[in-house]
Amino acid sequence: MSTLEIRDLHVSVNAVGADASDTPTEILKGVDLTVNSQETHAIMGPNGSGKSTLAYSIAGHPKYTVTSGQVLLDGQDVLAMTVDERARAGLFLAMQYPVEVPGVSVSNFLRTAATAVRGEAPKLRTWIKEVGDAMKDLEMDKAFAERNVNEGFSGGEKKRHEILQMALLKPKIAILDETDSGLDVDALRVVSQGVNKVRETGVGTLLITHYTRILRYVHPDFVHVFFDGRIVQSGGAELADELETSGYARFGVNETAAAG
Amino acid sequence: MTAIDTNNQQAPHSHGLPVAGSTGSGSPPERFTSRNPDDFAVPTGREEEWRFTPLRKLRPMFNSFQVDSTIRPTWVAPAEVTIEVVAADDALIGSVLRPADRVSALALANVRHALVVRIPAGIELSEPVWVTITGKPGLNYGHVVIDAAPNSKATVILDHVGSASLAANVETIVGDGANLTVVSVQDWDADTIHLAALATRVNRDAKLTHVVINLGGSIVRLTPTVEFGGPGAQAELYGLSFAGDGQHQESRLHVDHAVPNCSSNVVYKSALDGETARTVWIGDVRIRPAATGTSTYELNRNLLLSDGARADSVPNLEIETGEIAGAGHASATGRFDDLQLFYLQSRGIPEEDARRLVVRGFFNDILKYIKVEALHDRLMDTILTRLGAK
Repeated sequence: MSTLEIRDLHVSVNAVGADASDTPTEILKGVDLTVNSQETHAIMGPNGSGKSTLAYSIAGHPKYTVTSGQVLLDGQDVLAMTVDERARAGLFLAMQYPVEVPGVSVSNFLRTAATAVRGEAPKLRTWIKEVGDAMKDLEMDKAFAERNVNEGFSGGEKKRHEILQMALLKPKIAILDETDSGLDVDALRVVSQGVNKVRETGVGTLLITHYTRILRYVHPDFVHVFFDGRIVQSGGAELADELETSGYARFGVNETAAAG
Repeated sequence: MTAIDTNNQQAPHSHGLPVAGSTGSGSPPERFTSRNPDDFAVPTGREEEWRFTPLRKLRPMFNSFQVDSTIRPTWVAPAEVTIEVVAADDALIGSVLRPADRVSALALANVRHALVVRIPAGIELSEPVWVTITGKPGLNYGHVVIDAAPNSKATVILDHVGSASLAANVETIVGDGANLTVVSVQDWDADTIHLAALATRVNRDAKLTHVVINLGGSIVRLTPTVEFGGPGAQAELYGLSFAGDGQHQESRLHVDHAVPNCSSNVVYKSALDGETARTVWIGDVRIRPAATGTSTYELNRNLLLSDGARADSVPNLEIETGEIAGAGHASATGRFDDLQLFYLQSRGIPEEDARRLVVRGFFNDILKYIKVEALHDRLMDTILTRLGAK
């Protein structure tokens, strides 16, 4: 049983202004959220509401500065950890825009990551089978393992690759940032199945999305509406249905204005 | 074999500025080439082609010199391959090369012998041709011809080691339908000066994979050129430079698309580790009006591992027909990519390991084209040792 606690989290980003001055802009304005093992929380909100900032801040992206608040994983201070320490503690972020790493093969990358997270190199024989099975679940071709990390991947391949890592690294808490974006209906089904398979391991999941369509495949226990840097309403799965029919306007959100 | 163009004395010339009426409808000037060294002034450093190069150490190479003959080639090759030393008046010499600078012209005019590697027609070699060119201090001219006959498949390695001053030309002919990989390794000792033109012609439906690896030497300045002898030809040009303190590594490419339906792909990378490390990459691609259906792409990436290091990068693309399949170029110079580090670290990989992975990947992105395991591993070991020694 693991718990991720986010308490009154405030986060700024340094936007370089037209006069080249660094002006910190507050994006998260007091986020409170607790995610336990086995729970799936959906965070929904319009573009520009700060959803992805929340994901990246928890993972420790250097662009974002936490100005106040706490993030605790089983009582441990996540914000005091380096990026890699957070991952080894059991956090995982499936990124919306995974980064290309030229010259590094997927197989080398996965094994290096698994070795780091598990604290020892996986035994070669069982590892090959483990990777093979996980790739099969995600309907990925074997040749994929020999390609360079994210280089020339299609949108769908990138997302499958993210979920493949999630399956192999077995996090305690996983944050999926817009994993559904850029996927056609078939890819969405495959990726969702992959996510659901990992959920069976008891992982706590924070699913960040703009649209409700992934929620048809990955059923949330809790839904949170995110706007202007904080959670404005929380509820059960039925909240997603309300969003589906009435959009964000019901929550005082003018989407066109927010997206600007 | 296609016709050999041995006499370039009458070819159109230009000296920086187009001669009125000589190039027709606004086409860019022809690259000036000549076999006569005196057609090229002694470089002052103001010339476009020399402006990045530290000239002081090169002065002795700018005029005819007395050779010290301190360079010896040795080779290991499959039995089907003929390797011989021929006199400089052999018909093959100058069959592809058209000197475009004074040093190349001087080397062609003064060299007395050439090493000729012949891959017979229709033969697929299971082992590479591995020519080791070992230098000792002294001035040298050099000339190598690699002649891959039609429908052959081979890998030829020119492995430069030791210490010397070398002004050289390498001519490569890839015959119709042949598939040739040429790997030129500059693994010289620290004080070497190596100036060379690497002239290649790729004939109909042939494929050239050309890999240049610059590791050692004081000044290494190589000018690979590609021309296509018939349609359907393909040139893959890969380069890797790893410059440390006091090293100048310069690559000046010129790809001339003058026939239809050929492709060229250039990927040159350099890593600079040292305050006075210096690399230069110039990538000139010209697509002439007749070269319809051309596909070309050039990519240059430079990784600065130290303060003070400097990488110059100049891609040039001249397109003279609209009927091409594609043309583009990209160049980027920077330090460690923080996003790459973040991505790897976010998977639990500690920062130091992530850095090593990124740097190793950066080099391997080019070294992977060297399919000869012994060479690939030796080069990677050299690189990792140098990185570790930092």
